[in-house]
Amino acid sequence: MPADPLRYDLKIIASWIKPGSKILGLGCGEGDLLHWLKKEKRVRERGIEIEESKVAKCIEKGLSVLQGDLNEEIKDYPDHTFDYAICSQTLQQVYEPSNLIRSMMRVAKMGVVSFPNFGHIKVRAQLIFTGRAPVTRELPYSWHDTPNIRVLSLNDFEKFSEQVGFKILKKAAINTKNNQRQGKRVNFLPNLFATYGIFLIGKE
Amino acid sequence: MSEYTHQDHTGQTIGLIKKQFFTFASPPDGLKLESGASLGPVTIAYETCGVLNPDKTNVILVLHALSGDSHMAGYYNPKDAKPGWWDIMIGPGKGIDTDRYFVICSNIIGSCAGSTGPSSINPETNKEYGTDFPLITIGDMVKAQKALVDHLGIKSILSVIGGSVGGMQVLEWCTRYPDRVRSAIPLATTTRHSALAIAFNEVARQAIMADPNWNNGHYYSGQKPDMGLAIARMIGHITYLSDESMRLKFGRKLQNRSALSFEFGAEFQVESYLQHQGNKFIERFDANSFLYITKAADYFDLAGQHGSGSLVKAFSKCESKFLVVSYTSDWLYPTYQSKEMVKAMKKNNLDVSFCEIDARWGHDAFLLPSDRLDNLVKGFLRSVSNAG
Repeated sequence: MPADPLRYDLKIIASWIKPGSKILGLGCGEGDLLHWLKKEKRVRERGIEIEESKVAKCIEKGLSVLQGDLNEEIKDYPDHTFDYAICSQTLQQVYEPSNLIRSMMRVAKMGVVSFPNFGHIKVRAQLIFTGRAPVTRELPYSWHDTPNIRVLSLNDFEKFSEQVGFKILKKAAINTKNNQRQGKRVNFLPNLFATYGIFLIGKE
Repeated sequence: MSEYTHQDHTGQTIGLIKKQFFTFASPPDGLKLESGASLGPVTIAYETCGVLNPDKTNVILVLHALSGDSHMAGYYNPKDAKPGWWDIMIGPGKGIDTDRYFVICSNIIGSCAGSTGPSSINPETNKEYGTDFPLITIGDMVKAQKALVDHLGIKSILSVIGGSVGGMQVLEWCTRYPDRVRSAIPLATTTRHSALAIAFNEVARQAIMADPNWNNGHYYSGQKPDMGLAIARMIGHITYLSDESMRLKFGRKLQNRSALSFEFGAEFQVESYLQHQGNKFIERFDANSFLYITKAADYFDLAGQHGSGSLVKAFSKCESKFLVVSYTSDWLYPTYQSKEMVKAMKKNNLDVSFCEIDARWGHDAFLLPSDRLDNLVKGFLRSVSNAG
C-alpha cells in the first residue's frame, strides 16, 4: 500500500530524517509518519502507541509497533539503538517531559520534538479578553478534559533545553491550516505567530 | 482451547483437505527426547492447504493448542458438520490467506489425532503405550515438527503461528531453530506457566487419575476414564472463559427450570454448559494424552531451557520478527506475561509488534471470529513476505 500524503508538520519532520536510518516513533498514532518514512526513505521503524485501535492500524500497515505507555516502553531499549526518536505532538501530554527527553537522548542519536505553541497570539488573546483557559484549533480541549497537561511555548522549549541539557540542532516554527495539511514557516516573531514548533535535538 | 467455532461467516473455504502421515525415527534411531528417553518410530499426522511456491518461501506453520489437531481448516468430507478448528482464520482472502501462503498444521506428538502418543501401539509390546509412553516436552513436539518440515524439503518458514500451548511451540521454534523461522506470531500464550496455570492443570490431571477406570493409564482394552476426563475438561473450560464472559453468557440463569429444585442435578446453566463440554470432549480425546500434554505445558520454561534462567538470554538467539498478541480478559495467560516476553525481545533489539486486543471472552478469544486479529495477522504476514 503506498504511503498517503503527509500532514505539513510531518513533512518537515520527514525532511530532517536521513534515508535508511533507524527510527523510534513515540506516541506514533496510526503510523502515518512511520509508514511514509518506511516507504519513501526506507527507514527501519519501531513505534509505541497506547491505544489498541491505533496500534492495530499500524500493524495492519506492516509497521512494527508496540502497544504501551511510551514513558515505560522506551526504558527497555538498549542505549544508542536508534538514529532518531520522534515525539510528534505528544510531549505536551507527558507527565515527566524531562525524563522522556533524557530517555530519547539515551536510546537515539537525535530526537525530534513537536508541540502546539501555547505562546500563539490567539491563546494569549483568549486569556486576556475572556479571562478563561484558552481553547484553540491546536489545543481544542477544555481545561477539565484535556490530555494536554504540559502546555508550553516555543520559548519555553528553548529554555527547557538549557535546563535539561540538550542541544537544539534545527527548529521550525510553522503555521498550519486545513487540518494541518497545508502550512507555512513563520520567521517573524515565531513565538507569537506560529501554531506549532518542531525541534531537532541532540546531545550537548 | 475450546471446541471449534462455527463456519466462517464469509463462506470462504479451502474446501476439502486430507490428513496425511509421515513416519520417521524408526528403531534403532528413535527421536531423542528431552527427558533422555527415546521414542520411535514416530508418526506425525499433518494437513496442508494453499500452494507451495517453487522456491518454497511461502510456508506458514500453524501450531495447535492442547486439544487441537492437524485439521486446521476445510472439510474432510462435503458432509462434515463442521470445518477444521481455525477455519475462520485460514482460507482464501482470510487472515492467513491460502491464495498467498502454503499452510501446514501437524498434530503434536503425545496427542491422539493421528500422531504418536500414549494411545498409539508400542512396537515392543504390540499394545497401547499407556503410561509407558515417555514424558514429552514442548521442545520434543517442536523437534518432531522440524523433522516433518525437513521431510517436506522446507528450509525457511515464513511464519510460525499458534495460540496458547501452540504459542509455546511458536516460541520454542524461534529459540531452537532461529535460522529456520523468519517471523512468529505467539497468541494468548506465555513463556512459562504461572502457579495458577499449573494448579488448574494438576487438578485436571488428578481428576483423570482418580477415575477408577484410569488403571494407571492402561485402560485401552476396557472402560475408559471418561468421568475423569470430562471433569478435567470442565476445569479447563473455566480457565478458557473469563468472569465477564461467564456473567454475560450464563449469569445465574437456571437450566430448563424456573426455580431451584433442591437437588444435585445441573440446575444452573453454567453447570449444564460445563457438563456438555465435558461429555463432548470424551468422544474425541484420550485421557492419557491430556495428562501428557498438560505436563509438557507445565514443564515449558523458555528462560530455564534456553537462557539459564534469563528470558533476555533465551531470546538472544532469535532472529525472527514477532507479533505478540494478548487479550484483556485472558486470566490463564494474562497480558503481563506477554509483556514480559515483549520486554525481553526489545532488550535483544528484536523486531517486535505487540497488541493487547480488547476482548471479553477470556483465553479462548483467539479462536473466535475477530476482524481485529484477522487484520493484524494479514498486515504482519504481508510485511514479512514483502520484505522478501
